[in-house]
Amino acid sequence: MEISVTINGTAHTHDVEPRTLLVHYIRDVVGLTGTNIGCDTSSCGACTIHVNGESVKSCTMFAVQADGEDLLTIEGLADGDTLHPMQESFRQCHALQCGYCTPGMVMAAVSFLDENPDPTEREVRLGLEGNLCRCTGYHNIVKAVLHCAAGGEQ
Amino acid sequence: MIPAAFDYVRAGSAEEAIATLAAHGDEAKLLAGGHSLIPLMRFRLARPTVVVDIGRLEDLSYIRDGGDHVAIGALTRHRAVETSELVAARAGLLGEVTSHVGDPQVRHRGTIGGAVAHGDPASDIPSALIALGATLVAAGPQGTREIAVDDFFSGFLETDLGDDEMLTEVRVPAADGAGWGFEKFNRRAQDWAIVGVSAVARAGGEVGVGLVNMHSTPVRAAAVESAAASGASAAEAAELAAEGCEPTEDLNATVEYRQHLARVLTRRALEAAGL
Repeated sequence: MEISVTINGTAHTHDVEPRTLLVHYIRDVVGLTGTNIGCDTSSCGACTIHVNGESVKSCTMFAVQADGEDLLTIEGLADGDTLHPMQESFRQCHALQCGYCTPGMVMAAVSFLDENPDPTEREVRLGLEGNLCRCTGYHNIVKAVLHCAAGGEQ
Repeated sequence: MIPAAFDYVRAGSAEEAIATLAAHGDEAKLLAGGHSLIPLMRFRLARPTVVVDIGRLEDLSYIRDGGDHVAIGALTRHRAVETSELVAARAGLLGEVTSHVGDPQVRHRGTIGGAVAHGDPASDIPSALIALGATLVAAGPQGTREIAVDDFFSGFLETDLGDDEMLTEVRVPAADGAGWGFEKFNRRAQDWAIVGVSAVARAGGEVGVGLVNMHSTPVRAAAVESAAASGASAAEAAELAAEGCEPTEDLNATVEYRQHLARVLTRRALEAAGL
């Protein structure tokens, strides 16, 4: 089936099998490999992207469901060489260790702050409950999201 | 893991979806938000040969004040229910329970109709619908019919819906001013409840209690309700929480532990509801 999607502002049209998962489409067909596959069971959130501005686990959508939609992946977040404020906060707060969960964590965090711009620490933790960090580096991740919510300045 | 191949049909209307279901019988499955079906398909526990995508039927995504009830379109996403002021004011329990489903990403995609039609005893939302006494509206080739929530869940992952029927609306009797409580016990963030309890105490003394993961279906704690309605305290009524339930044993819990959790969580939920 032919689908057309906008990913990071660029239009793409491809013929896909209906059973193609969105994350496989993004990685293997479009070639954007910043979105990781972690658990493959809708649990870990490594594959989180935005669909029409909301965080979604791209392993739990078929590519055909995204036909006509506006997608944003980690590659589309920065403005050229200028990091997105959330990426900058992750950098400043050392909010990554091995880095595997980071793209999904950042995408989930950006969507979370869109919905709750001034969260408490507990709200941040609940807001990121769909994302697992197997380095267990949650402390600095939460710190980074709060840092970004506070405007990002040190 | 990649699902088995299937034919994909994007329905432009509920009628078209029902006609497609009618043509393919139990070989076809409806796809709404996909957060129950797609995981099953990836594990190949479900292998429908036809998938009917109803995810774009915007006219079935709504939350309306129906006077004596709140009407929620089957394709309303969890996020919309969770953040609805109307739901908060008139069926607060349902809004709270919905906010515990999965995680934010899941709630951005998952729908109330999908969660209910999946018929999973471990799902949170049915417990709230049982406690609140909801009615489910199904559409089929013969038109629509209303199904009381107590008649809806017929077995493990089975419901009263026919192969050619789709859920179109969930009607929740208004519970303005009612006290309510929801207790969910799990070991990890975002996880399914090992046991969960939804409780509502209405102004007239009527009490509704629905249990998560205590039976092969979402189940009503009828003995607790009648004890509470006859004046039993929360602690006394909660002692009856596991009565008539046949919970399963799994990695997380033995049968006895689930029964114990049901009693403890029911007491807490009843107390939160003001009993």
